Amino acid sequence: MPGTMVIRNGYVFDPLNEIDGEIKDIFIKDGKIVDELKGSSLRDAKVIDAKGKTVMPGGVDSHSHVAGAKVNGGRMMCPEDRYKWVTKKTDLTHSGSGNTVPSVYIQGYDYAKMGYTTVFEAAMPPMEARHTHEEMRNTPILDMGAYMVLGNNWFIMRYLKEGNIEKAAAYTAWMMRTHKAYGIKCVNPAGVENWGWGMNVRSLDEPNIHFGITPREVIHGLAEVNEMLGMPMSLHLHANNLGHPGCWETTRDSLEVTRDVLVKCNMDVEWQKTKIDPQRKQSVYLAHAQFNSFGGTSWGDFESGAKGIVDYVNKTDHVVIDNGAVPFGPATVMTGDGPAIHHLYKLTGNKWSNKDVELECGSGILSFNYLKANPVHSVEWAIGLELLLLVNDPWKTILTTDHPNGGPFTKYPQLITWIMSKKARDATFAECHKWAQDRSSLGGTDREMTLYDIAILTRANPAKTVGIAHRKGHLGAGADGDVTIYDFDPTKLEVNDFTKIIRGFQNAAYTIKDGGVVAQNGQILSVPQGRTFFSEAHMSDGLEKEMLKDVKEWFKYYTLGFANYPVPDKYIRNPSPVQVNKPLEAIVGR
Amino acid sequence: MTEIILRPKGRIDIMVEAEAINPDIFAGKTTVEIEQLIVWQGAKQLPLSGFFDVEGSAGSTAADTKIIVRGNVPRVKHIGHGMKAGEIVIEGSAGMHVGSEMMGGSILVKGDAGSWAGMEMKGGTLHIIGNADDHVGCAYRGSWRGMNGGKILIEGNARSQLGGGMNGGEIHVGGSVENFPGIRMNSGLIVVKGDAIRGVGAEMAGGTFVVSGKIEQFSPGFEYVGTEKNPKVGETVLSGEFMKFTGDYAIIKPKGILYASKEANEGV
Repeated sequence: MPGTMVIRNGYVFDPLNEIDGEIKDIFIKDGKIVDELKGSSLRDAKVIDAKGKTVMPGGVDSHSHVAGAKVNGGRMMCPEDRYKWVTKKTDLTHSGSGNTVPSVYIQGYDYAKMGYTTVFEAAMPPMEARHTHEEMRNTPILDMGAYMVLGNNWFIMRYLKEGNIEKAAAYTAWMMRTHKAYGIKCVNPAGVENWGWGMNVRSLDEPNIHFGITPREVIHGLAEVNEMLGMPMSLHLHANNLGHPGCWETTRDSLEVTRDVLVKCNMDVEWQKTKIDPQRKQSVYLAHAQFNSFGGTSWGDFESGAKGIVDYVNKTDHVVIDNGAVPFGPATVMTGDGPAIHHLYKLTGNKWSNKDVELECGSGILSFNYLKANPVHSVEWAIGLELLLLVNDPWKTILTTDHPNGGPFTKYPQLITWIMSKKARDATFAECHKWAQDRSSLGGTDREMTLYDIAILTRANPAKTVGIAHRKGHLGAGADGDVTIYDFDPTKLEVNDFTKIIRGFQNAAYTIKDGGVVAQNGQILSVPQGRTFFSEAHMSDGLEKEMLKDVKEWFKYYTLGFANYPVPDKYIRNPSPVQVNKPLEAIVGR
Repeated sequence: MTEIILRPKGRIDIMVEAEAINPDIFAGKTTVEIEQLIVWQGAKQLPLSGFFDVEGSAGSTAADTKIIVRGNVPRVKHIGHGMKAGEIVIEGSAGMHVGSEMMGGSILVKGDAGSWAGMEMKGGTLHIIGNADDHVGCAYRGSWRGMNGGKILIEGNARSQLGGGMNGGEIHVGGSVENFPGIRMNSGLIVVKGDAIRGVGAEMAGGTFVVSGKIEQFSPGFEYVGTEKNPKVGETVLSGEFMKFTGDYAIIKPKGILYASKEANEGV
């Protein structure tokens, strides 16, 4: 029976249910995890023997750039990223190419081989929503969703400046439904608007031009909007001054901005009873913290500023970070933060592209290579790891490379060796520039994360943080039948055998999605179509009408017609909307 | 050294991609095994024997293997691609990508070579007796990292983008070149005995470029340093009087050096 299976005798790591390496059977029926299988279901179920192996929930990547205009811009700019990385088609799989920015098919296969089943695109400009959905629907296997960039949106800035939070919320709700977006992304708040005039903002309290709004007001306003609607995830923040020495202070102050915002999820979903509350606690989710944790005052006295961020995260409870690590090697830097990329271009002279998305945001792309011999890159490598190892509570951290900014997601296994083994870190210290050792505190930590910690950082916590733990990131009854089996015997695991760790995490023994095997030992076995998650958020009809009047009036500044703005339903593959702030009558009347 | 002879079987329609013609791959194989090596023609994979008669035998190691292509093969691409050791002699003209990414050994082309000869080469020697086309020793499309080792000798002319993105090694051209030779060059040496049309050393950050003939349109971002008589570049001594320039100031802090014959470039 498809979608029904038993995974026998594996060592199970399921942090949301506080299962730490217990030998357990996992049962899946019709694509969902169940407590047990009986009778004919059990007889007909596919049985997988996981004896001596590690079993985890399917991987969840809450921050990756895998779909949309800037990702494709990266592909177009870099033929050199393709011609040496080609994959032949098979009877089952599509051909493809690319290393740091692979084609959509390869992205789907490579994530699945690594045991990931759910991936979120972390920056979708509203005007590029169609393009983003086109790429997501062509990405095989993965369930996906996209965060919408709103931190420099004209309507948001105008309403927030007027102090009209309700209208900003009505606009956000309408935009989420219009573009089938999942959550709110905020990139260099108030600063990208200035970039349209060749400028930026330098501090949290500097008003931008024309709108006169400060980054602090945008961050606080959007966080309030987020909780007023009760969105699944908190604000995903890319803080100001990114990539400049000393930016960690701006980052810490930005995190403080949402401290007083009350967290409230208001989603019409069924939460399973997991041991640890699957609902998020954070009011801000800091993106790629590494790029926001630079210390020093110039490139000459550049150093890690991770300590300041780590101390803040350790002493508060309203922040989750993803690290955005730098595993060395080629990368393609792409972000909605146009001025930050221009800054990098001035530093490196590398290939650069820039785009203004009218009324909404902007973006920049740059081809990049992180070198072990480079002092700054070496410190960046150290910062990325400090942020995971020095934050005490793993439920506040998520492992990413901000793919493909720090490096491609295919480097996650390499990243895992560094956080699991001090010897692995020491080996890299010996190869890279001494600044890594001298200008960070990474060398001072002996912490070695366990498989349980890895399961938190790569599935349980990303799922919880983005509010999808009602179906992803754990193995309790009711969750999606997404399971990964890694070929590690945790009782005999040798963390200093880096090759084995890398190989094991690169090619999962089995990746199971909705109760079907999609990949086995690096081979794709089936190519189901994933779902598209998005938030159908609601505010009152009256407010929405008023707001739409404003939008239609200002639409004269757009270069496209209002009727062509929304993403049509046919763009969405397997739509899986989450009702957010749905009026009670609508739920009762169902 | 053991010799193995490949005799082209006649006119080739769609171009053939033959990375398999490589001493590293031939070494230790029997004649029959070599005949069965796979080459691509369009979307089809075909045996090498579909295009060549194979005679003789390969050596036990690449270094002990000499491949002789007895004839013109302008429609066979990627001969000697990535080779590490041994020798290839093409007794006529070669197609595109001859010796691209080669790391060692030597290739001699007695006729002309197509575009991308010695692309991103890392070591070894590529000697072309006739003319070469565009992109000799160049970085591939999109990349700024070209040839970084080895030596390319062209007795005839080469066309545009010679040594683009060059990071090391040497290119010597007996004849003339066309547009943008040495573009984005970072290191290494290029010597052109004849003339160049325009864009010589455009955006070069380092390395040395010599033009013993006339540069028709000089790049604007170079600064005149002085005149030198019989300057020595690397191990090569140039004869005659040369104007020395640094550049290209289109980029930040360039360290590129350009020598141009004083006599042929009067009025610069």
